[in-house]
Amino acid sequence: MSAAELVLIGNPPRARVSTRFLRSELKIIFGRRRNIAGMGVLAVVPVILAVSARLSSPSQGGGPDFISAIAGNGLFVAFAALALELPLFLPLAVSAISGDAVAGEANLGTLRYLLAIPVGRTRLLVIKYLAIVIFAIAATFLVALVGTIMGLALFGGGDMTLLSGTQTSMGDGVWRLALSSLYLGVQFSALGAIGLFISTLTEQPIGATIAVVVVNVLMFILNSISQLGWLHPWLLTHWWTAFGDLLRDPIATESIQRGLITALVYACVFWLAAWARLSTKDVSS
Amino acid sequence: MTPDSVEASPVVTSGLTKRFRRQVAVDRIDLEVPAGAVYGFLGPNGSGKTTTIRMLLGLISPTAGEISLLGSWMPSAARTVLRRVGSLVEGPAFHPYLSGRANLARLDAADRFSDAHSSRRRIDAALDRVGLLAAADKRYRAYSLGMRQRLAIANSLLMPRDLLVLDEPTNGLDPQGTREVRHLISDLARDGATVLVSSHLLAEVDQICSHVGVMYEGRLVAQSPLSELRADAVQTVRVDTDRTEDAARVLSELGLSEIVTSPGYVTAALGEVAVEKIVPNLVSAYVPVLGFSVLQPSLEDVFVSLTGEGFDVSG
Repeated sequence: MSAAELVLIGNPPRARVSTRFLRSELKIIFGRRRNIAGMGVLAVVPVILAVSARLSSPSQGGGPDFISAIAGNGLFVAFAALALELPLFLPLAVSAISGDAVAGEANLGTLRYLLAIPVGRTRLLVIKYLAIVIFAIAATFLVALVGTIMGLALFGGGDMTLLSGTQTSMGDGVWRLALSSLYLGVQFSALGAIGLFISTLTEQPIGATIAVVVVNVLMFILNSISQLGWLHPWLLTHWWTAFGDLLRDPIATESIQRGLITALVYACVFWLAAWARLSTKDVSS
Repeated sequence: MTPDSVEASPVVTSGLTKRFRRQVAVDRIDLEVPAGAVYGFLGPNGSGKTTTIRMLLGLISPTAGEISLLGSWMPSAARTVLRRVGSLVEGPAFHPYLSGRANLARLDAADRFSDAHSSRRRIDAALDRVGLLAAADKRYRAYSLGMRQRLAIANSLLMPRDLLVLDEPTNGLDPQGTREVRHLISDLARDGATVLVSSHLLAEVDQICSHVGVMYEGRLVAQSPLSELRADAVQTVRVDTDRTEDAARVLSELGLSEIVTSPGYVTAALGEVAVEKIVPNLVSAYVPVLGFSVLQPSLEDVFVSLTGEGFDVSG
């Protein structure tokens, strides 16, 4: 009889396939006060946007951008909010979560206890990355959802005019919004893979988060330097604004496809880099 | 390392070495913790104990040497072996904003071998066993150091274990808590688990351990059953008398060494001299013997004789 059987109910030594660890990870991410506050900030932007658009006089004259289209259909609040949060807020949220993924556990010292359970290092990175992906997609959908609710409440719905000028039904508009959110969620998940990798390099979660933000902003800067045109298609952020193509009729798929492939390559490369780093790392924190 | 010793002993290392850049933290140690032993892993701070423990648990990889844990090679067998090993490494570490219970639930959820249905029951049993059930729903950040230490011990008891690796388990505990942990370790050992417990508190190890390994500057300078280690150490005799000068002379003639005279008594290292010859010789030399005793060496004496110095940090 082994020691702890006195206290515990003996289990058959069989590994179970279950989502318990992933669910526990999500509970930590979505239950942490800091993250709830961050999601609150994400959700406030479409509220501010909708309210200020409602209060201001419906001025005509801007280009066919999202904000001036809001007056026509409340659904555009969601699109506009996504466009506004795309350069900083959403990537920042994903940077905070992904930078914390491994570095946060190392910083607390909980990494050594997870590994001693044992949680295999590969499994740890799979679960951590799945949680990052779920967070990235959930955060994007949160912005879209709050935008939709605020827009419909203040401006109403109905048929919408697409960027290409054609009219489409409300249902089709919602469908296009869902696709846009998913597309951006995938893009931010790719950024999350960069974050996961950086998170394996350090024991300072804040440092990791800042590094991910720096990488993100650097990609935006490089993308804005026209002399570096050859580099632009290789930058992850170059494809982010392509979600606007989903508002054309027919949907312009070329950039969307290139964007998805780029995101997938970034995700694979950086997840593998994280794996290469963590699987050989001495955990002395 | 023979297959037999691997079979019999839950922890066996051969030539285990860890080099950090230029510094050798652990230097070719051959550890052997026999089945059922409570193995006291001693050494000053910085002597390589924790690095060794981290290597045993697969947290850091050895520069050279081999490790067998419960009959399997580490780290390749980590996934199957470590679930039979409960551990406490370099102090407690938990999520500060989760309760004690939620922290254990998280660690249990991460264990592929644990059963979700019995999770709550096992967590409560483990918390109860370390006396933390009443504070189970408090946030970890509100715990005292002693409570944190108890929570870390509870974590090592979540699943049935054949081997417990406890690094400084009584660190931060009050005397009452220290005694409880001592009893807990004895209970676990009695139930059949092998326990490797590192400590710098010699008196504590003295009370609970059956075997001792002593680390010094990265090397394992001694390893044996505690009784043998003590038998090898020098015994001291003490003679209480009011004529210390005469007593010292007699002891010297008998062949005792390291004679120290103090007001009222004389001590000397016994060496090879037969104990029973001492008092008759003193009496026949007209030295009044007011008291006579043979002092068993404390573990501290043993330790000092092995490392040549006190229990300080080694660089």
